Amino acid sequence: MSAPTLPAARGSLPPEGAAPPWGGPAAGLGPALLDVKGLRVAFGGQEVVHGIDFSIRAGEKLALVGESGSGKTVSALSLLRLVHNAEVSGSALLQGRDLLRMSEHQLRGVRGDEVAIIFQEPMTALNPLYTVGDQIGEVLQLKKGLTPRQALAATVELLASTGIPEPARRANAFPHQLSGGQRQRAMIAMALASAPKLLLADEPTTALDVSLRGQILDLLADLQRQHGMAVLLITHDLNLVRRFADRVAVMERGHLVEQGGVAEVFGAPQHAYTRRLLASKPERDVVAAAQAAAEPVLRARGLRVGYPVPLPGVRGWFRKGEFVAVQGADLDIAPGQTLGVIGESGSGKSTLALAVLGLLPHGGELAVTGQGWPEALRAGQARALRQRIQVVFQDPFSSLSPRMTIEQIVGEGLLVHQPQLTAAQRRERVVVALADVGLVDDPRHGSDWLQRYPHEFSGGQRQRLAIARALIVGPRLLVLDEPTSALDVTVQKQVLGLLQRLQRERGLSYLLITHDVDVIRAMAHDVLVMKDGQVVEQGPVQNVLESPGHSYTRILVQASS
Amino acid sequence: MAAASPSRRAWQRFKRNRLGYWSLVIFCVLVVASLFAELLSNDRPLLVRYEGQTYFPMVRDYPETVFGGDFETTTDYLDPFIREQLSRGDNWALYAPNPYGPKTLNYFAKEPNPSSPTRDNLFGTDDRGRDLLAQLIYGFRVSVLFGLALTAIGVALGVVTGAIQGFFGGKTDLAFQRFIEIWGSMPELYLLIIFSAVFAPSLSLLLILLSLFGWMGLSDYVRAEFLRNRQLDYVRAARALGLSNWQIIWRHVLPNSLTPVVTFLPFRMSAAILALTSLDFLGLGVPPGTPSLGELLSQGKNNIDAWWISMSTFAVLVITLLLLTFMGDALRDALDPRKADQ
Repeated sequence: MSAPTLPAARGSLPPEGAAPPWGGPAAGLGPALLDVKGLRVAFGGQEVVHGIDFSIRAGEKLALVGESGSGKTVSALSLLRLVHNAEVSGSALLQGRDLLRMSEHQLRGVRGDEVAIIFQEPMTALNPLYTVGDQIGEVLQLKKGLTPRQALAATVELLASTGIPEPARRANAFPHQLSGGQRQRAMIAMALASAPKLLLADEPTTALDVSLRGQILDLLADLQRQHGMAVLLITHDLNLVRRFADRVAVMERGHLVEQGGVAEVFGAPQHAYTRRLLASKPERDVVAAAQAAAEPVLRARGLRVGYPVPLPGVRGWFRKGEFVAVQGADLDIAPGQTLGVIGESGSGKSTLALAVLGLLPHGGELAVTGQGWPEALRAGQARALRQRIQVVFQDPFSSLSPRMTIEQIVGEGLLVHQPQLTAAQRRERVVVALADVGLVDDPRHGSDWLQRYPHEFSGGQRQRLAIARALIVGPRLLVLDEPTSALDVTVQKQVLGLLQRLQRERGLSYLLITHDVDVIRAMAHDVLVMKDGQVVEQGPVQNVLESPGHSYTRILVQASS
Repeated sequence: MAAASPSRRAWQRFKRNRLGYWSLVIFCVLVVASLFAELLSNDRPLLVRYEGQTYFPMVRDYPETVFGGDFETTTDYLDPFIREQLSRGDNWALYAPNPYGPKTLNYFAKEPNPSSPTRDNLFGTDDRGRDLLAQLIYGFRVSVLFGLALTAIGVALGVVTGAIQGFFGGKTDLAFQRFIEIWGSMPELYLLIIFSAVFAPSLSLLLILLSLFGWMGLSDYVRAEFLRNRQLDYVRAARALGLSNWQIIWRHVLPNSLTPVVTFLPFRMSAAILALTSLDFLGLGVPPGTPSLGELLSQGKNNIDAWWISMSTFAVLVITLLLLTFMGDALRDALDPRKADQ
């Protein structure tokens, strides 16, 4: 996708509201556009936001950062009373009018007009039954009173200003016909249609691939400058804040613990939580790369994985097409080493993981500890091979069965691979495994945990449980499919630290799949870059990340710094 | 500190719904009571002491001569002569609270059949002189047991077929779905009429016929749950651990796919009771002579003046179905994932 280009002449749109009459965006100390005081939000009597104060001046970029559950999204959305079942108190003055005391009718005039919102997931935020042009035009007709013909012209112009190529054609496209980045651009065009004074951007880049994030952020910054609107950016990503915001407000468990200019807060954080957040970048603490050529734990040559896909039309009745998800990958993992696989969503990296685990049929050569899946199956040794390779998945909520106790979940591998153990021996091993992954401090107290169910654990604890389940059978290779991308940054650091320790202590090999360059930098010895099913670059981690050979790798590396 | 499992938490949410919880309690009491119907409503005394000897007429037949009668036939304990014999001197007899069985004809009623409620027949009699209360008690038992059996068979078939389709997917699923479409388009009622003409009507025939068609709705729900659950990460992790298909189905997917099954249980049961009642009403159901709510309703229709027949049967039916519906509502709320953590 091209970098955002902005049309030199922006017609009649959306300019009028751009320059606020009460002070220019650069005025610095102008009066507050939005002044929030003592905002409290509660659900069913349980308070989740405990009285926060912040203000945004016209044309200012304020970032609200915090981990999941800190209340940042709820705080922002409850300003427009968009949170279901929430009891909101306090005051939020938008140019002197209190949003929290407006009637629903008055508030409807504010929403999407003076205050617009961009959501995290453009696929669900756009209505799939209408074209993008219809949806943007609707805003223009409602809020600006344009005729349908004028609205169409203005829509095309808006889409052009967000850098969508061929805007006139895209206006007639349905959301599913656009790429993820284009959809988010269309969302931005829709938000800008009413020339808002304040834009609430709720994790606007989180659902996008890394290489697109920078582009969308640059686009937002450009448009913000042109229109002189204020932006409240809600995010958990400190890199984004550093690049984008003027001021930052840090939230922790419903409290605003610190706010100030980005340079001051990031340069000299006052609050302990801010310091912890800033120090959460994962650190590299792994054994040196192997020199001697030991027998590889995993070896693949020309690995190829395809899915059958239906063909369109009559042809599809008789045969299936094939979508090749992984094409000709070569990989080697030495004992005690980590191979990082990096790529965007749809690049085939998770398919690669499933093929290595023997859960998908594959072509080419693949040997786990010297044995391939088909041979193992023929020899009746598939079970023994499964013991040597285990997996940890991304989503800690779907990877543990909600109706099994911790003892059943972690002990299941023993039931399969060491059926001779008695229940008491099995329990003992489970407790030891829980201690190994740092869930319990002392194995003697571990039995308290055994009868609990997964819903009582946090995301990080669940991921430790998933690691314990994999480790208990004593694997030599662990496939880690985005093991930390569903976790908060501070928890991510702890889990990566755990994985590093386990590797040092047990000489485990990891096949680490991720989209996050920081994780690769901290964990991997070798790295393999995938794009559209192809391996575009591979080699030792320093070489690839310091001097990327392929343009795609360069984009990835740049986006992470 | 053992914590509550998801099903235990659901049970606690269910208990919090007073209406549903008490419906369950009352329903269980009624079912248990009807299982001991022979102790509640019986034309034979439970225990007899006659001239220094103890008899158990409830479980054994005694000829009338034993109690000083003239005939070798089985004693009719409602006969005023026998009653008098049994209460003379030291003799005594312990009667059931309602001294009529489901098939007992009251030859000694003071009014023509159907007789209105009297001191002898608290709820009156039907048009053949059988005690209505006894009919209702035994009819309720037949209905509930039939409903339970039909529900159990339907659930078992539905879960198994749904699990096979959902878990294996692909061609298995495709073939099974087409089969269900063909099977589901058979005219169920006409088949029932034809079969009841060909075979001697009996409860087991009805159970088989209704079961053949009763599993399809549930099968679709279970299939959808399996399709959703089988691609979750915990199933993949179980595969990676080397569990067999059946272990994965049994330990992982099935327990997480039972929510629609449990939610529909009371509603399926009330549908089954209603099905039996309607078929009996039409005369296609249980063999003649079996106590049945549907047969009583049809009597009520034929004897519109005998209001006690239709009113009491209607009341029993409404209360039964209402209790089941309240239970179903409470169960649905308890298992609703959106309310799971409130």
